[in-house]
Amino acid sequence: MDAWGRFRRNRLALLGLALVAVLATSAVLAPWLSPHDPARQSLIEKRAKPGGKYVLGADEFGRDILSRVIYGSRVALLVGLLSAAIAVAGGLVLGTLAGFAGGWLDAVVMRAIEILLAFPYLLLALAIVAVLGPGALNTTIAVGIWGVPAVTRIVRGAVLTLRETEYVGAARALGAPAVALLRRHILPNIVPGLIVYATLFMANAILLEAALSFLGLGVQPPTASWGLMVSTGRDVLLVAPHVATVPGLAIMVAVLAFNLVGDGLRDALDPRLRGSG
Amino acid sequence: MLTFVVRRLLLAVPVLLGVVFVVMLTIDLLPGDAVTLMLGEHATPDAVARLRDHLGLDKPFLVRYLDYVGRVARGDLGRSIQQNRPVGTELADAWPATLQLTVAALLIATGVGIAAGVASAVWPNSLFDALARLGSLFGLSMPIFWTGLVLIVVFALWLNWLPVGGAGSLSHLVLPAVTLALPSVAMVARMTRSAVLEVLREDYVRTARAKGVAERWVLGRHALRNAFIPILTLLGLQSGQLMGGAVLTETVFAWPGLGRLMVKAIFARDYVLLQGAVLLFALAFVVINLLVDLSYGLLDPRVGRQG
Repeated sequence: MDAWGRFRRNRLALLGLALVAVLATSAVLAPWLSPHDPARQSLIEKRAKPGGKYVLGADEFGRDILSRVIYGSRVALLVGLLSAAIAVAGGLVLGTLAGFAGGWLDAVVMRAIEILLAFPYLLLALAIVAVLGPGALNTTIAVGIWGVPAVTRIVRGAVLTLRETEYVGAARALGAPAVALLRRHILPNIVPGLIVYATLFMANAILLEAALSFLGLGVQPPTASWGLMVSTGRDVLLVAPHVATVPGLAIMVAVLAFNLVGDGLRDALDPRLRGSG
Repeated sequence: MLTFVVRRLLLAVPVLLGVVFVVMLTIDLLPGDAVTLMLGEHATPDAVARLRDHLGLDKPFLVRYLDYVGRVARGDLGRSIQQNRPVGTELADAWPATLQLTVAALLIATGVGIAAGVASAVWPNSLFDALARLGSLFGLSMPIFWTGLVLIVVFALWLNWLPVGGAGSLSHLVLPAVTLALPSVAMVARMTRSAVLEVLREDYVRTARAKGVAERWVLGRHALRNAFIPILTLLGLQSGQLMGGAVLTETVFAWPGLGRLMVKAIFARDYVLLQGAVLLFALAFVVINLLVDLSYGLLDPRVGRQG
């Protein structure tokens, strides 16, 4: 059975895919789907309870939470996609460089990767944002750099293994230039693994963006970012718990969606499981 | 075994030197003048000159780097800009709280995660297994700063069972530790399940069963012992997750630890303090993973013999 066939039989993965589709739709169609202007303040309606005019209630400034959650999907997906692109691009370059060149270049790249991996989770991104300053772009860069080491390792490992295979050896013996080798023989082999990694990375990137924004170091107000919304809701937790909890649910659903799709893709694409299920 | 230990120890040194290098380099690459950034636009020239001198910014980068490494090696991390106290003292004041929090979370993650994972593997596709796997998925998907707030609403505001935040008694520790532990519980449960399932398929397990070894003995003596190696690796990596998560948890629960100190340092643009805190976290992470590596030798007699 082909990969899509295996993926389709996985109900949880399909659920994840449906949720991703909902997220993408809400991000693209945000202006048409939002019942209200996400930035419009209405101080007499601040902290309005869910139901009534505002389906999910209003926040500290009387802004419609549903509209802000819808607009927030734009930030989450954009930061997630772009940082995944940075991680994959950076990892591809470094990984192929290290894997093909070998020798001192390989040693230098891998030592550098080890150093980046010595920063505990979140702290590397935190340090980068602390230096670059807050903002959506800097958050994307920080999250992207955080993903580079893992991609580099995956790519380098694959290059090292494939370099020794007979068909790559044959192509080399026939005088194929390195770029052609990479494009025709090596990339097609690592693309499935990279897709799986990038999907699971999206889940982590959304979590990381939300965390940085929650700390006040990521996306800045008045942009509607889910992490930022939870953070502002924290101040009114006692009187209006929905202000903080509703955007958090959005984060959870988005992360869950990408985790489900990523798990499903891994089961569908992982060659070691082929034939077994 | 001794050469193995010594070699692993020596390998950790360049990594830590590299961490210091990266941290200093990022700060050095700050757009604009670091000192103006730290003191603000309206600082007096005198104050700027003093901080410049204090940070040694007139010297070339490599000289400053070697200077800093030399001082760190002697235990001197410099003085924090905001409080003008030795960074070492500030870190020493904050780290016991973080240690308490992360160790409590690690204990929860290990205990609950391994128990749930083993139960899942022993009864695969049972109702318990399905619930545990679903729970793990949610555990991995919930942002912990949000989980913390939800737990505060339920257990502190509605039920009034536990304090909202702060530190001091065991009851203060419960909510932050559970919050911090949840994603790790999920990870450990997942990993344990697949590791135990894998081992249960091994020939030696079938042999043990075939010769009539009691199931409990098969599980304890053969399966768990072998499944424990990947689990231990994961626990080492999870310790990094817990340290990063501590930054968020401490912020949510006003827990007076290193994470909160670090966030404060970032907002105050106190880069000397930030540098020290990042270095301490990285050191802890490297040391923990070193210990994990070394303990393989105890669990698996094959490791370390050749090296």
